[in-house]
Amino acid sequence: MSHDFTAAPRLTGRRLPFSPGITLATARRVLQQISRDHGSTALMLVIPCMLMLLLKLMFRDVESTFERVGTQVFGIFPLVVMYLVASVSTLRERTSGTAERLLTMPVQRLDIVLGYSLAFAFLALLQAVLATLLAVGPLGLHIKGPAFLLMVVAMLGALLGLALGLLVSAFARNEFQAVQFLPAGILPQFLVCGLFVPRDEMSGALDVLAGMMPMTYAVQAAREAATHEGVTGVFVRDAVVVLLCVIGVLMASAATFKR
Amino acid sequence: MSGRDHGPAAVSAYGLHVTRGKHMLLHDITFTVPRGVIVGLLGPSGCGKTTLLRSVLGIQPAAAGHVQVLGFPAGSPALCSRIGYVTQAPSVYPDLTVLENLHYFAAALGLRGWRRENAVVRVVKDVDLADYADKHVARLSGGQYSRVSLAVALLGAPELLVMDEPTVGLDPLVRRELWGVFRRLADEGTTLLVSSHVMDEADRCDRLLLMRGGRLLASARRDQVLCHTGCGSVEEAFMRLVTAAARAEAAPRPARADRAPGPLLTDVLPDQGRSSYFATKARL
Repeated sequence: MSHDFTAAPRLTGRRLPFSPGITLATARRVLQQISRDHGSTALMLVIPCMLMLLLKLMFRDVESTFERVGTQVFGIFPLVVMYLVASVSTLRERTSGTAERLLTMPVQRLDIVLGYSLAFAFLALLQAVLATLLAVGPLGLHIKGPAFLLMVVAMLGALLGLALGLLVSAFARNEFQAVQFLPAGILPQFLVCGLFVPRDEMSGALDVLAGMMPMTYAVQAAREAATHEGVTGVFVRDAVVVLLCVIGVLMASAATFKR
Repeated sequence: MSGRDHGPAAVSAYGLHVTRGKHMLLHDITFTVPRGVIVGLLGPSGCGKTTLLRSVLGIQPAAAGHVQVLGFPAGSPALCSRIGYVTQAPSVYPDLTVLENLHYFAAALGLRGWRRENAVVRVVKDVDLADYADKHVARLSGGQYSRVSLAVALLGAPELLVMDEPTVGLDPLVRRELWGVFRRLADEGTTLLVSSHVMDEADRCDRLLLMRGGRLLASARRDQVLCHTGCGSVEEAFMRLVTAAARAEAAPRPARADRAPGPLLTDVLPDQGRSSYFATKARL
C-alpha cells in the first residue's frame, strides 16, 4: 500500500458548503440504487398516471369537475409519492450507518441532501412528463395555460414532497414512523389546500392555516395555470413560494445530519 | 514490532470523559498508541468501546479531556481522509455491487479519474474481493460482507484504521483470514485500532487497551500485560486487573494528588511520549 500523503486527495470545496463532484456521485449512486428496485421505480412513475385515469373515470360525465380537480391534483399526487420514497430511502441511509460513514469522510451534509434531491428531481421530472402527457393527451384535460405549466407544478410538488421526506427521516426512528408522518403532516395540507373547499370560502382561521401550508401554493399554481392563459404573475408568485419552502426545508434537513 | 515509529503518536487521549445525560460512558481515559501496530481494544459488551472509538474519530462529543490523532485534534477536517472507519454493522449499500460501492465511496473521498480506479483496484486486491466484484453486496456471505466494509475503509490508504468489532459473528476461518489482512496492513505501516469483546482475539494484537465499565484497565504491549499480571492468557490477565481495580476502589483512597488519571497499567506517558516507562498503580 502506498502512503504517499502528498498525493492524498485534495479536500475539494472546503469553502463551499458542498462539493459538486461528491454531490453528483451521490445522485448517481441513489439513481443506481433505485434502478435496481424495478418495482418501486415502476410504481413511482405509474401511480400518478393511474390516479389520473381513475379521476377521469369518476368524472366522466362532469367535464368541468374533471378540469378543476384534474389540474389541482398535479400539486398533490407527485408530492405524496415522492414524500414516501424520499423519507424511506433517506431513513435507510441514516439507520444503516452509511450516512455516519460518509460524514467521517470529506463528505459534507449538503452533499448528501443535494445528491438525494438531484436524483429524486430527475425521477420527478420523468413522473411529471408522463402524467402531463397522459392528462392532456388521452384523457383530454383542457387547461387555458400552456401544458408545460402542469409539468412545472408537478415538479414543484414532487420537490416539496422530497424535501419534506428528507426532513421527516431525521425525526422518524424507523419506516413505520416515517409512514405515520404522512397522515400527520401531509393529509392536513391535502384537506385545506383548496381542493375540497375553495380558499375564499374558508373561515378566517382556516384560511390562515391554508396560507401556512406549502401544498396550498402548489395547488393554487395549478389552478392558476388552468384558468388563465400564459404565465401569470400569481403563478410565478406561488411557484416561487413553493420553491422557497423546498429550499428552506432542504436546509433544515441538512442541519439534522449529525456529524 | 515492525512499522514506522516516527512522527506524532497514532492516537493519544488524555483525561477523556464522556457522559450521556447523567450516565458516565467513559471515565478518565488516558492512553497513547504508537504507529504501525495492531491495538486490541478489549472489554465486555457495553463497556464503552464504541464510544471510545467514536471519540477517536471525533464524532462523539466529550465532556472533558482531549484526543489527539496523528498529531491533530480528533475530528479535525485534516484527518477525514487519513482515517478509515469500519462500523459495527457493515455500512455499505446492499443493493449495489461491490465495485459500485467502492466507486461511490472513492468518489466520496474526493478521488477522481485514474486515482479512483487505482484505489478501487488496490483495495479489491488487498481484501481479496476480485471474485465477487460484480456481485450485489446483499448476496454475499457474512465474511464477504464485512470484507467489503473493510475495503471501503481502506480506499483512502488510511494511516489509522479504526474497526468496531470487525470479526464478531464470523466463522473461525474467515476470522483468521481477516486477521491475516490486518497483520499485512500493520506491517505496511498502518496503525489498526480493533475493538472486540472476544478475549482470545487479543492474542493477535501487539498492544492492548483493556476496558471495563467505562474505565481503562490497561494500556500496554500484550507481552507486558501478561508479564506484569503473571498470567498465561489475556482473559486471565483481564480478570486479574478487574479484581485489582475493585480492590483499589474499596481500599482507603490516597491523597488526591497521587491519583493521576489513567489506567492501572501503562507503559507510555502521553504527555512525555517517552516509552519504556512502566507504571502500575495497583498491587496486582
